[in-house]
Amino acid sequence: MSIYLPIAEISVNVFVLLAMGGAVGFLSGMFGVGGGFLITPLLIFYNIPPAIAVATGANQVIASSFSGALSHLKRGTLDFKLAGVLLAGGIVGSTGGIYVFSVLRSIGQLDLFISLLYVIMLGTVGGLMLVESVNALRASRGGSPLPLKKPGQHNWIHRLPLKMRFRASKLFVSVIPVLALGAGIGFLSAIMGVGGGFIMVPALIYLLRVPTNVVIGTSLFQIIFTSAYTTFIHATTNYTVDIILAFLLMVGGVAGAQYGAKAGQKLRGEQLRALLALLVLAVALRLAVDLFVKPPSIYSLSAVGLG
Amino acid sequence: MARIKKAWLLLPVLALLLTTPATAQTTPAHQEGIQIGLSTDNVAITAGFSGANLTIFGALEDPDPQIVRQGRYDVIVVLEGPSRPVRVRRKDRVLGVWVNLESETFENVPVSYSVATTRPLQDITEPASYKQLSLGPNNIYMQPADPDQAPATIREFTQALRQRKTAAGLYSENIGGVQFLSQNLFRATVRLAPDVSVGTHRARAFLFKNGVFLKENSAQLEIRKSGFEQAVFRLAHNHGPFYSMLAIALAILTGWLGRIVFRKD
Repeated sequence: MSIYLPIAEISVNVFVLLAMGGAVGFLSGMFGVGGGFLITPLLIFYNIPPAIAVATGANQVIASSFSGALSHLKRGTLDFKLAGVLLAGGIVGSTGGIYVFSVLRSIGQLDLFISLLYVIMLGTVGGLMLVESVNALRASRGGSPLPLKKPGQHNWIHRLPLKMRFRASKLFVSVIPVLALGAGIGFLSAIMGVGGGFIMVPALIYLLRVPTNVVIGTSLFQIIFTSAYTTFIHATTNYTVDIILAFLLMVGGVAGAQYGAKAGQKLRGEQLRALLALLVLAVALRLAVDLFVKPPSIYSLSAVGLG
Repeated sequence: MARIKKAWLLLPVLALLLTTPATAQTTPAHQEGIQIGLSTDNVAITAGFSGANLTIFGALEDPDPQIVRQGRYDVIVVLEGPSRPVRVRRKDRVLGVWVNLESETFENVPVSYSVATTRPLQDITEPASYKQLSLGPNNIYMQPADPDQAPATIREFTQALRQRKTAAGLYSENIGGVQFLSQNLFRATVRLAPDVSVGTHRARAFLFKNGVFLKENSAQLEIRKSGFEQAVFRLAHNHGPFYSMLAIALAILTGWLGRIVFRKD
């Protein structure tokens, strides 16, 4: 059954979109990430214009992170204060990101920039996670203690000034890296149409040493607001949010996420991280291929005067 | 699900057709003409739209029966979308990565261009006369925004523009798409692509006799989104803040409902 998308102005198959949302939702529930980093590339592969894919991806992320954050709220694994500071940075970053987005779109380099950012970010994060989780898997198999630095051990980040206490995270840390992290992720969120969970989660764990149990809830909670803000700005400045497309993805995504979360509980942390790393790397690789392989047509058309 | 309504063209000249054979005997010099007229002047795109065939009826006025018998009348029907400026970009390799580098802007490029003909275009008339009429996907005149560019560059980008439009199904040719149902009456089938643009489209009919262009006639057709799609589009463009709030609220509601419906814990 096909449906006409009023903003993207093309006809798409409803079941393909529901399935896409469902599959991504399953994975995002399993790994505790929003899934924006999968949705946006998938939409682009499905011929949705990248500008629409990004903005609509941000809208879709709200639904999945809200759904996820609710369960963390119930369990109390959520640091409101940390999320608030991250959010303050996020708003600034997101505003900058949207400005850059409009400029790139007008000079015709948006698609390239989105793909490059995806390849670099996903490649780096996926690579680091894979190395870390494989090491952890090896260590646990060998029965020797984990070689990882324990949370609480300090690095350069903990020597920065303007310290603030985050009780729920048992953390006493400078606000500078927290704000910077929020801003960086807000920026990426605006340009890549992602919540940024796949960067936020490892950054909170490895850089700020936030206890793993509060990381996902806090990240999801913060992402609701960053992506809501991104959606708002995209919809009012670029008119690129397709509410019908977003809704189909959300319905699939929310349903998939609940089953994914169940499946995730059956796996160990290191196994989950290794799988997520492989998935992230696979998406990066797929996008990289498109950048380096000669496209079927080297010419493209774009409307003039749409920003 | 609602589908695009076929736009039937009326036959305002039906009465005339009946009298033609009689007059043909007395007046050897024929004043041929061509008529098309739409019964509906707007087509609505609904949620289920996935492209459609549009059937257009028309008639020849005062044809020469002998030429009709020889099949030497040819009709070309064009459905032309609204014109807009378009930028064509070319990717080139930079450090192994394909990057958009050069670009060329063209003014007034028809968004879509569907042609239906009685015979293959090259069999109807000379390339020069297509050029003159700016008729056919490969002959539409594309006005470059910057005419001082090298002619080779303009040619290259014009060619690319046509190719991309054809590949997207927006420019199409339907050879044999115009059929004579009787001496005077013809039916043309033109293709509307799934992503046909909304706006004022123009149906044009060209009449040729023995390879010589005789007459042209045209009619307008409004293609628009139907109620709901149009409402969403308008809301998004005219009431951005409200629309985005709606999108955010919908996301939160879906997330919350999903949690309730699928909750297992």
